[in-house]
Amino acid sequence: MKAAVIVFPGSNCDRDLAVAFRAAGFDVDMVWHKDTELPQGVDVVGVPGGFSFGDYLRCGAIAARSPIVAALKAHVEAGGYGIGICNGFQVLLETGLLPGALMRNAGLKFICKPVELSVETTASDFTSGYSAGQTVTYPVAHHDGNYVATPEVVAALEAEDRVAFRYCEDLNGSVGRIAGILSENRRVLGLMPHPERAADPALGTADGAALFAALAKAGVAA
Amino acid sequence: MKARVHVMLKDGVLDPQGEAVRHALGSLGFEGVNGVRQGKVIELDLAGEDPAAAEAEARKMCEALLANTVIERYEVEIL
Repeated sequence: MKAAVIVFPGSNCDRDLAVAFRAAGFDVDMVWHKDTELPQGVDVVGVPGGFSFGDYLRCGAIAARSPIVAALKAHVEAGGYGIGICNGFQVLLETGLLPGALMRNAGLKFICKPVELSVETTASDFTSGYSAGQTVTYPVAHHDGNYVATPEVVAALEAEDRVAFRYCEDLNGSVGRIAGILSENRRVLGLMPHPERAADPALGTADGAALFAALAKAGVAA
Repeated sequence: MKARVHVMLKDGVLDPQGEAVRHALGSLGFEGVNGVRQGKVIELDLAGEDPAAAEAEARKMCEALLANTVIERYEVEIL
């Protein structure tokens, strides 16, 4: 399995994400935001956390219009895997590859701490390594993680089993305590908490490693 | 030619920052502030002389980048 991690000016979780992919057995290439093509044979594209373009205008807005994101869209539209974490989730929403938007946390504070999440579905190649309803701990570090979408979009996400993770307790005002969602074809995951920062026991929790391992396994089977 | 773009959260979208400003005004003794909505103003300096074309172009920019129409609405003013 081959992964590409996009690097924007201001990304700060790109190398953590690469480490987590490599630990799960992926070959990893880093790609620069100005690149117009992904490397040959990439199975999954990771959009990392950070503060791309200084969060100017809106979080993820400028990154979502960068040349490499056009290649990411083509990759996803051809059925490729994509994962956007934290700022990466904001980028995926700004591209329209996932529905909804992320607003300022309801409490207006930047929240940086480990949080408990409930795995809401195991029916995806990201979450198949967990059991349904399992509680996992990933860190969060965000100011704009308050997920909003129209009632119709939220109802569709719930009905189609596309809520991947939910905060066990209200964290930031997100509708339905939604922490992460899947695309219609279940091959794109966007989430605010950081599995890549929880992918090694030395980091305090290795709960996130199962996500990358499940994805690697799905690729081998495919 | 200059254009001014106003970007505001859509009605019905909760504005946590506006709410915080409302509370702060209340604590400063300003009474009767029933609501505060916070938005952005973006000024564009555009080449070209045709106001209608400038407005059309600014609207395209709003749709493409300046506003997130999932949660925001925009108005374009030609100055």
